[in-house]
Amino acid sequence: MNRQAAGAIIGLLALVALPFVHRDPYHLHVLVLILIWSFAYTSWSIMGRFGLVSLGHGGFMGIGAYVTALLWNHLGVSPWIGIPLAMATAGVLALIVAYPCFRFRITGHYFVLVTLALSGIVLQVITATRDYTGGSLGYTPQRAPSGKGLLALQFDDKTTWYLIALAIWVAGLVIWRAIDRSMIRHAMEAISEDEDAAAAAGVNVTAEKLKITLISALMTALAGALYCQYQMFISPDTVSGIAVSLQMVFAAIVGGVYVALGPTVGAVITIVLAEVLRISFGTKAVGWDNLVYGVLLVLFIIFLPKGILGSVIDRIKSPRKPSRGHEQQIVPIARR
Amino acid sequence: MQSFLGIFDIYLLEAVINGILLGGVLALLALGLNLIFGVIDVTWICYAELVMIGMYGMYYLVQVFHLPYWAAAPLVILLVALLGAALHFLVIAPLLTAPPINQLLATGGVLFILQSFATVAFGIDFRNLGIRLPVLALGEMNFSYARLLSFGAALAGMIGVYLFLTRTFTGTAIRAIAQDRQIMPLMGVDPKRIYLVTSAIGGGLAGLAACLLVLQYDVHPFVGLSFGPITFLICVLGGLGNFIGGFIAAFVFAEIISLGGLFSDLEWGYVLAFAFFIVMMFIRPAGLLSRRA
Repeated sequence: MNRQAAGAIIGLLALVALPFVHRDPYHLHVLVLILIWSFAYTSWSIMGRFGLVSLGHGGFMGIGAYVTALLWNHLGVSPWIGIPLAMATAGVLALIVAYPCFRFRITGHYFVLVTLALSGIVLQVITATRDYTGGSLGYTPQRAPSGKGLLALQFDDKTTWYLIALAIWVAGLVIWRAIDRSMIRHAMEAISEDEDAAAAAGVNVTAEKLKITLISALMTALAGALYCQYQMFISPDTVSGIAVSLQMVFAAIVGGVYVALGPTVGAVITIVLAEVLRISFGTKAVGWDNLVYGVLLVLFIIFLPKGILGSVIDRIKSPRKPSRGHEQQIVPIARR
Repeated sequence: MQSFLGIFDIYLLEAVINGILLGGVLALLALGLNLIFGVIDVTWICYAELVMIGMYGMYYLVQVFHLPYWAAAPLVILLVALLGAALHFLVIAPLLTAPPINQLLATGGVLFILQSFATVAFGIDFRNLGIRLPVLALGEMNFSYARLLSFGAALAGMIGVYLFLTRTFTGTAIRAIAQDRQIMPLMGVDPKRIYLVTSAIGGGLAGLAACLLVLQYDVHPFVGLSFGPITFLICVLGGLGNFIGGFIAAFVFAEIISLGGLFSDLEWGYVLAFAFFIVMMFIRPAGLLSRRA
C-alpha cells in the first residue's frame, strides 16, 4: 500500500466520521449539496475532459429528477426502481442524440450546439406538460407515509443523506479512476488529438465516444434523481435547461477538468461562494453569485485553463516551468 | 365540411403569415451571429444577452428619460455595438489563438455576467415600453403592427448589411478575411481592426433586434434564454457562417414554431422545432445548404 492510497483511506474515514462528530444541520446540508453537485460535475468532466463539451447535461439531470418523481407520484413506483428507470431513459436519449453526432463527425461548435438543443427540448417538454409536471412552478414528490421512508428513499435525517451522498460521490471518483486507467482513456485521448489518425490506428471512434457519453449521461441522471430525493422540490430552472448545463461547465473548469478532484473543488468553490453571499447580503445578493461566477469563468479560461487544482498540481510537479503567460503551451479544453 | 375547411384555412393562413413575420426577426438575430462566426470564427453564446441589454436600454431611454422611440433606437444600436466591440476587445482578443471551445465557454461566462448584471442593476421585474401598437385586421385575420414593423426593419437591416459587405471597402475586407485568414494580413488588411469592426456590426444588429423585440415582448434579465437557443439552432441549421442558409433556416424554424403553436401550446411548437433540428443534424450535419462530402 503506497502513501497516496493510505492518504485517501484516511481522508475517507475522516469524511465518514464527520457527521457523528459535527452535528450542525446547516453545515451538513451544505456538505450534502456539495457532494451531490460534485458528483454531477464529475459526471460532466468524464466526457468534458476529452473535448466532448456537452451543454445537454442539464437535460439528463432534469430527466433523472423528473422521471423519478413522476413515477413515484403518479404510478407509485418506488425510487429504488424509478431511479434506474430514469437513468435508463437518460441513457437512451443520450444514445439517440449522440450516435448520429459521432457517426457523422459532429464536433466542436456543432456538438456544443446540438447538445444545447437537447437541454432546450427537455426544458420545454417539462414546461409544456405542466398538467403532470407542474411546469415552471416546480414539482414536489409526495411525502411517504411514516415508516415507509426507506421504500420511498426519503429520510428526514441529514446524517443519512450525508452518508448516501458521500457514497455516491466516492463511486463517481472510483468510476473516474477506472476510466483513467482503462483503454478508453487512451482511445479518447487519441480521438481528441486527431480523429482520423485514431481511426487509422484501429480505434473505433464512434463506439468509444458512445461509451463515455453513456457513462456520463447515466451518472448525471443519477445526480438529478438524488438531488430531487434530497431537496424534495424540483423546478425546471434548478435541475434542467441551459443555465444548469453552463453551471456544470463552469464549476468543472474552475476546479480543473483534468484531475479527478477538480470538479469537486469547483463545487466547493461555487456552493460556498453562493452560501457566503446569501448569508452576508441576504436577498440583496440575488444575482451577485452568478456575476462573480461569470467573471471568474472568463478569467479562468483566459489565464488558467487547467483550473485551480490542475494548475496547483502542475506547479508542485514542475515548479520551474512558468505555468502561464501568453506564450504558454495552449491547454485545450478540447483539442481539435 | 366546406365551411369547416374555410375557417381552418383562415387560421392556417394567419399562422403561416405570422410565422413569416417572426422569421424576419429571427433571421436578423441569426445574421449577426453568422457574421461574427463567419469572420472571427467565434460563437457568441451570450448574443441573446446583448439583445437583452439593448432592450433594457430602450426601456430606460423611452420610459425613464422620455425620449421618443425613433430617437432612442439609434442610441441603443450604438450602445450595443460598443458593447459588442468591448466584448471582442476584452474577452475574445486574448483568446484568439485558444481552442474554439474555450472561446465559446468564455462567452458563456459573459452570459452569466450580463444576466446577473441585469438582475442586480435592474431587478427581476418584467418591464415594457408601454407602447401598444394597433392591430391590423385583414379580412378575418389579425396581425400586430409591431410584428409588421419588426419584419420590415429586419429586412431593411439585412439589406443594409448586404450592401455594406458588397459595396464598401471595409465590407470587402471583411469578406476577404472570412475567406482566408492567413493571406489577407499579407495583403495589407489589418485583421485586428476588421475583427473589431465586425464585432461592432454584430453588436449593432443585436441592438436593432432589441429595438424591435422590445415592441412585442416584456424585458426581464432572463429574456435572452427564450430566444437565444433558437438563434443558435438556426445558425447551425443553416450552416455556421452561411448567411443565406441562416436566412432560410430562420423562416423554416419560425413556420414550425408558428404552425406547431397553432395545433397545440406554443411550447410544443418549440419542442417540434428542436426535434426537427436534431433530425436535420443527421440528414444535413453541415447545414441545410451543404452538399454531402
